[in-house]
Amino acid sequence: MQVSVYRYDPAKDHEPYMQDFDVEIPGGRDIMVLDLLEMLKEQDSSISYRRSCREGVCGSDGVNMNGKNGLACVTPVSEVTRNGRLSLRPLPGLPVIRDLVVDMEQFVDSYKRIKPYLINDQEPPSQERLQSPEDREKLDGLYECILCACCSTSCPSYWWNPDKFIGPAGLLQAYRFLADSRDTATEERLAELEDPFSVFRCRGIMNCVSVCPKGLNPTRAIGKIRNMLLTRAV
Amino acid sequence: MVSQVTSLTGNGVADWVVQRVSAYVLALYTVVIVGILLIGQPGFEGWQALFDQTWMQVFTLLALLSTCAHAWIGMWTIGTDYIREHYFGSGADGIRLVYQVAVVLVLLVYLIWGIQILWG
Repeated sequence: MQVSVYRYDPAKDHEPYMQDFDVEIPGGRDIMVLDLLEMLKEQDSSISYRRSCREGVCGSDGVNMNGKNGLACVTPVSEVTRNGRLSLRPLPGLPVIRDLVVDMEQFVDSYKRIKPYLINDQEPPSQERLQSPEDREKLDGLYECILCACCSTSCPSYWWNPDKFIGPAGLLQAYRFLADSRDTATEERLAELEDPFSVFRCRGIMNCVSVCPKGLNPTRAIGKIRNMLLTRAV
Repeated sequence: MVSQVTSLTGNGVADWVVQRVSAYVLALYTVVIVGILLIGQPGFEGWQALFDQTWMQVFTLLALLSTCAHAWIGMWTIGTDYIREHYFGSGADGIRLVYQVAVVLVLLVYLIWGIQILWG
């Protein structure tokens, strides 16, 4: 099969280019895209990409595979290859540091904006803050996010206004704390989100849902934040 | 630099509510007009009699105001998404200003012309 990889080394390249590789997958097995990248690295050791856990837990190896974002380590080559060709590019919208490695600072800044930690102004109990099983259930589908940035970098609204629109990953986490029965900063959190950009730049195209490697639904979380903002306003 | 100053209300919730409510008004207006056309061609006298009625004049004015508000929110969003430095360079802010003024002028012309047709 033919694999085309986005290459850019700012130390020596004027501009990015695509480099083609011919790869023979041993035994015709269906390997993961990360395995394929490891094979390419044996051909050309200068290819750069991030990886760590190789099992969809750390969220390091988010890449764009034939136009769709996903984690290379849990995406079978057969799932993304079209007509024997596969193009691998960095996550769109973020500055490229080198090859498939992107600068995540903007993404992390969006995440920081939503104050991703429990805020509770009540006296701390001696052991821990308890939560009923029903309240705990409200966090399902939210806490599982691994911040791989596949969703936010597939969102056109995030491409155009990454400094103002928080993006699906940040908003999923914003709702994770808004929905938490132990958090008492609901009003402050909502006040930070009511401008025309932070939440309302979401046009509901659901690219985030289609690419999330953990099967989460940021669009639904954004809808719930909208409802909370609406209820608070009227 | 893009900011929220030129948005309709400056508040995301208010803009969102206005956009939804105006969409319902426009949808209802479309259903009424299409319904009238399906029932039969009213002809000039028929249309004139219809638009002479107060409820139709108020409904039409409501639809015109909804068009202006709905279009401004949508066009403002498009302008602040696409007329940006990465496509248009350092002149993006100036181009966006011209675009926004042009949209406002067109919408005002629609509104004033519509009022003139209704009560002129």
